[in-house]
Amino acid sequence: MSERGNNARLPVDDLLIRRSGQRFREQTIRFALQLCALLSIFTTVGIVFILFNESVFSISSLFAADRGEESLAFFQQVSLGEFFGSTDWSPRAEKYGVIPLLSGTLMITFIAALVGLPIGVLAAVYLAEYASPRTRSIVKPTLELLAGIPTIVFGFFALRFITPYLLKPIFGLVGLEVGFQNALSAGIVVGLMIIPMVCSLSEDAMRSVPRTLREAGYALGSTKYDVSVKVVIPAAFSGIIASFLLAFARAIGETMAVTLAAGKQPVLNLNPLEGVYSMTAYMVSTQSGEADAYGLQNKSLYAVGLCLFVMTLVMSVVSQWVMKRYRETYQ
Amino acid sequence: MSAALPTPETSPLLPGPNNRGQGERMWFAWLSWASAWMSLFVLGVFLAVIAVQAAPWFDWQFLTSNNSAIDPQKAGILYGLWGSFWMICLMVLFAVPVGVGAGLYLEEYASDSWLTRVIRVNLANLAGVPSIVYGILGLTVFVRMFGLFQAKDHFVFNLVIVQVPLPFGPTIISAALTLGLLVLPVIIVATQEAIRAVPASIRHASLALGATRWQTIYIQVLPIATPGILTGVILAVSRAIGETAPIILVGAAAGITIPPGGIDSIGDIVRNPGALLNVPFGEFTALPMQIYGWATESRTEYHGVAAAGILVLLLLLLFLNGVAIYIRNRYQKKLKW
Repeated sequence: MSERGNNARLPVDDLLIRRSGQRFREQTIRFALQLCALLSIFTTVGIVFILFNESVFSISSLFAADRGEESLAFFQQVSLGEFFGSTDWSPRAEKYGVIPLLSGTLMITFIAALVGLPIGVLAAVYLAEYASPRTRSIVKPTLELLAGIPTIVFGFFALRFITPYLLKPIFGLVGLEVGFQNALSAGIVVGLMIIPMVCSLSEDAMRSVPRTLREAGYALGSTKYDVSVKVVIPAAFSGIIASFLLAFARAIGETMAVTLAAGKQPVLNLNPLEGVYSMTAYMVSTQSGEADAYGLQNKSLYAVGLCLFVMTLVMSVVSQWVMKRYRETYQ
Repeated sequence: MSAALPTPETSPLLPGPNNRGQGERMWFAWLSWASAWMSLFVLGVFLAVIAVQAAPWFDWQFLTSNNSAIDPQKAGILYGLWGSFWMICLMVLFAVPVGVGAGLYLEEYASDSWLTRVIRVNLANLAGVPSIVYGILGLTVFVRMFGLFQAKDHFVFNLVIVQVPLPFGPTIISAALTLGLLVLPVIIVATQEAIRAVPASIRHASLALGATRWQTIYIQVLPIATPGILTGVILAVSRAIGETAPIILVGAAAGITIPPGGIDSIGDIVRNPGALLNVPFGEFTALPMQIYGWATESRTEYHGVAAAGILVLLLLLLFLNGVAIYIRNRYQKKLKW
């Protein structure tokens, strides 16, 4: 376009050249952006591949020059029966029974659910039905702040405050021994951690219940309690359940708070006042510790990781399914 | 609370159906009130506990010296701060272009094909993957590179003044890329929301004037969406700053003797800018990693030091959130359609 005086070239030629250059540029940009979007898929594929490759079947061993033990995957060396059947977890003795880790994780998740789910839902009812706009404007940001606190801080709080200053004196009154690291303190802080999530997702579900339903309730002479408990909660039930499932996934995958607060005792016990070893805590301490980078103990990291990944994935897929399948649709 | 209220049983003056379940109602209202305010209470206790434990240790010396494994009085957080700083800088360099690009693609280009649907569902699932699983990903892909280069023949590329190890090993770049993947969904979703809020009329006007798709996006849509994207980026940064599990897996150390690139003050950068190039390949520690190290020390003095570290971390987060809120409020007022 700049060569206006040049009669040999018509402006339209320039335009065409510019157009084709432009088209090329447009397509390049589109392609680059598409690659960016595809990276999220590569991430998932990468996670699945790595966990599978190191724990179920080692694809890379097919290409390895020496097919020694080093290149074999975890479950090619340890049987599934031992992994899911034995209660003995002692990697140094090459004993890999995942049940103690699984029970540790589930116990903490259970305690967390007892603490976090009721509080989360009740807070959501309060925010959606009872609270004044002013109250909401204070409580909502507080919940966001709570959600933004790093989990290691929660772990410190459990280890250095809840256990020594709350649990020990309280259970000391009834003569119960509380471990320096214990499942209860970990469960309590994980419970606190999931409150913001449960609350905000449940509140969203409750807010999307149409006004007309509430007004119909009030017109029939119901009180606020009746409307909340008998109209709004049932109508928002699918959303509430979905939030519970996501909270479970979060609690199962929670790492630092649990590592600090619950300890590293790979024994099968059901006493929440004693330390337990969760799956995530094992993964952290294996890596920060002594494991040989290519030995069997290192592979166990991937096997435990695979269990964890499958558990959380199932929770989040089911949660999305519940949302979709059981959502009440209103005109 | 409810005990003081007369019920139909205790008071014959209050008969009738209206009062049935009054106690239940009061309890319910009271419980939900308490649950809602619980978060504020917990937050208050939290801050009080941290502040009390941190008070004797939080001073200028703590902020300006390296960690000491021997003397808690001399332990400081300087190298942790530098480590976190470099890690976040590199993470932003990687994750922001990619995240914004992905958000742009999904909102502006993608048709409703199966691939797009897969990407959307996948994003929702990725957000639920525990951070430690990202740690495994980072450990395998960046730190060890699938064991393609075995540890014994640790490769080092000499590029004039930079030495690039392959595999990356437990270095800042491994941690930054891992955290980048971790926060990518946050940035993508924030970008999508910000772009969706740009009215279609702006795009139509731009296209009608002959602008191409990219020109429309770059000149019209992006500037309007920037505050929203920026808020998302800050939230991503504040998430990444406190993440501990992935960087432990990637191999952050609780204590190091040389800060990344040998830089331990801003003056060092000015004197020797070339050192910046070596920063990504240095071994590192980070703020939350140091807190973890101190919190698990057996000597009780270090627990106070850990609390001081937490205080620094929380102050940083508070600052970042403040900036995010400021941006949100400022631009919400300015742009009204």
